[in-house]
Order: sequence, then structure tokens, then C-alpha cells
Amino acid sequence: MTTITPTTGPVTLLIATRKGAWFLKGDSGRRRWEIEGPAFLGHIVHHLVLDPRDRRTLLMAARTGHLGPTVFRSADGGQSWKEASRPPAFPKAPEGSKGRVVDHVFWLSPGHPGEAGVWYAGTSPQGLFRSEDGGDSWPIVEGFEDHPMRPQWTGGEQDAPPDGGKLHSILIDPRDPAHIYLAMSCGGVFETVDKGRDWRPLNAGCRADFLPDPYPEFGHDTHRLALHPQAPDILYQQNHCGIYRLDRRQGTWVRIGENMPQEVGDFGFPLVLHPRDPQTVWVFPMDGTEVWPRVSPGGKPAAYVTRDAGQTWQRLDRGLPPAQAWLTVKRQAMTADAQDPIGLYFGTTCGEVWASPDEGAHWSCIARHLPEIYAVEAAELAP
Amino acid sequence: MKVFVPTPLRSYTGQQACVEAQGATVAELLADLDWRYPGIRFRMIDEQDAVRPHIRIFVNAEQVRDLGAPLRPADEVQILQALSGG
Repeated sequence: MTTITPTTGPVTLLIATRKGAWFLKGDSGRRRWEIEGPAFLGHIVHHLVLDPRDRRTLLMAARTGHLGPTVFRSADGGQSWKEASRPPAFPKAPEGSKGRVVDHVFWLSPGHPGEAGVWYAGTSPQGLFRSEDGGDSWPIVEGFEDHPMRPQWTGGEQDAPPDGGKLHSILIDPRDPAHIYLAMSCGGVFETVDKGRDWRPLNAGCRADFLPDPYPEFGHDTHRLALHPQAPDILYQQNHCGIYRLDRRQGTWVRIGENMPQEVGDFGFPLVLHPRDPQTVWVFPMDGTEVWPRVSPGGKPAAYVTRDAGQTWQRLDRGLPPAQAWLTVKRQAMTADAQDPIGLYFGTTCGEVWASPDEGAHWSCIARHLPEIYAVEAAELAP
Repeated sequence: MKVFVPTPLRSYTGQQACVEAQGATVAELLADLDWRYPGIRFRMIDEQDAVRPHIRIFVNAEQVRDLGAPLRPADEVQILQALSGG
């Protein structure tokens, strides 16, 4: 097992919102935070990600209400930006047939640590793109796009979330850059072992109770998939039907969310792993009853943590509003840093950022009045 | 010919509201614009060569939907941002 040493900061939170990007810069104790921004005010920013290989390069997935989707790149930690010369785009369809159009770039993942300059992007509708030049050009991954099953895996518009189907959670096995996982809403979890030439579903054991067959091969609504960097045979997912854990050595997904309190349930969007402990996972449950309000159950927001791989869960709400707080936290909007103890962070659709410097034991609001928050990433930029 | 550029696209034109470009059709004009101001075309025209939903192109105050529409050197082209919600 690889050993991951705790980092020492300072931490910068990269905040992607419906109206631009902001940077929240923490002090060494992660107690005081200063906000900088906006960057790209008015742009719809779906994801803002630091390249951990150089800790200077930032990539931003953006569009505006009028203009098409693109990717902006910064080589100096956000001081200056340059647009990709060839943003993600589907192939032109033959004359007379309807081709796919990228509505927005939803997800950005840096490639394997041994592949400098490689990035992956997931789009809405579901498409997979790979850049080998640091995010300047984005050829499509043909093995996924042209796979004979891809139209069935990704479904149609009726199978998609309200703002379009999404390809997300692109995860590279730290032992092998050719072994890649991804997830889709809708579609489920898929993997390749040959760097994207062929793909197969990986959903056995996972429910999709909104379909006639509740255990289909694909068609699940995976909200967030995570692979543990220290134990890459262990994956977790939060999906529309619960919280699941998969140990590849054992074979099928196991619903660990059934051990959550019944009155809270195990529906939600984000899921965060402890970078040094494969048994520890945080989630932020949403109300998935009746008409799926997708807010904190009972108006009482809380994170939940398991430290035993899902056998038991503890509520973490100290410092969060005790009542009448109907928060929604989107799938990219909760994250952890890599310090000791772990710092946890989440952003809400009502524009608040909450932080805990002690693994969720105590929370405080560190920013408010921002636009709707889509994504939060914890970064440690090079000095 | 003169091409009037809306504010969302002026980051590409050095904040110029009106620029010069050439082409015998709207498609050629957009290709020339993209050569002069790299990246500007894809923000207006999608990968299937359709005008994006909240963009409109007018030639001499007449809306054009076909990128093959012919142009003359004296024409004026306006690119407009259509309304979109808050």
C-alpha cells in the first residue's frame, strides 16, 4: 500500500459557481479565510481543478448563457488565463444525420502522475475527452464514443438529469494509467483496462430501483464515484439509490448506506474519502423521499462519516444550523484536503461555503452570498 | 466587411465592438473571423455547424439561419446575443 504523507498547506479552496469562480485562501491553521475573486464573473463554471503534478496549472470548465462550452487554462495559479485552442467537441455527423453537441464540460480530471500534461474531461451529454498537451486540445476518446453499446449506456434525454446527462468521476488507477473508471448520470460505472479502447459496465450488486429491472447491467444514476488512492481496489459511490462500496477482490457493490439512520436515508450527491484511510468516508445526505426535494432532511443539515467502511455512521452537525436550513450540496461541491487532521469543505446552492478543520467534528461558515456553488476543490498551490 | 460583435465575444476581439472580416458566405466570414480571433467561432457555432441557441446573426438587419447565405463586400453583419434567463 502506498503511503501518503499529510500535507501542511496553506489550503486554497477553488470555488466554481453558476456566475464565476472564487478563491478562498486559508491561513496555516485553516481557521481564517480570505476570499479572492471573482474570476470570469458571469461565466457558468462547472469545475475548477489544480494539477497536482505541478501545483501551478489550473483548468476551468466554463461557458456562458450565450456562448458555447470551453476550457480555460492558467499556468500560474490563476494569475492569467488562456483558452483551449480546441475545446471538447463531438465529431461532426455525416450529412443528413443528427450529431451530438457538447452543452457543457462538466468534469475535469488530471491524468496519471506519470503522464505529465494528460487530462480527461467529461461532458454533458455524456462524452469523454483526453488532452495530452495540458488541456490545450481535447480529442474525443474514440473507444468510448464509438463503442457499439455507448448509445444504450448513455441513454436518451429522458434518462438524463434536468440539466442534461453527465459523464463524471473520471478516476485513474494509480498503479496503471491504462486502467480508468468513470461514472455517468445516467449510465452507471464503467471501466477500461486499455486506456479507453474498450469499456465495460461495473454495476453488479448496485440497485437502480427506478427501472423495471432493479439490478440492470447499466443505466444506474451514479452521482459520485471515488477510488481510494492508497487502496485502489476499493471504490465507493453515492448514487440515486444509496451509498455503495466495492472491493474489486470480492466482486460486487455492497450497499453500505443501509446502515445510515432510517429517518435520514442514504440519498445524496457528494462523497468524500479520507486520503489516508480507506475505511473512512463522508457523505452529505439529501431528502430523497416522495418528490425528491434534494435538501437537508428535515431542514437539519449534517455530514455523516463512517470509519469502518460503512458498517456504522456518525452524524456530524456541530456548528451547522440546527433547523430550517434547507441546504443542497451538489456532487462536486464537497471535498477534503490532505492535512492532519483532514479539513472538510462543502459549498451550497445558496452560495455558502462551510469548513471543518477537524474532520467534520466542528463546522463554520467561511463564505456566504456567493452565487449557486457547483464545485469546491481543496488545493495547495506551489509557493 | 464590418462585423458587429456583442459584449460576450469582445474578449476575443480586444474589446472591439466592430471588426473587419471577409468571406463570400456567412460560413466563410466566420472562418475568417476565427482565423483573426482564434476560438471565437466555436463559442457561436456548435460542432454540428448550427448557430448556438442564444446567438443570432443578422446581415443588413435580416436574420440569417443558413451559414451558406451569400455575402457581398458592402454588407454589414451583426452578431447578437439572444435573451437568456437570470
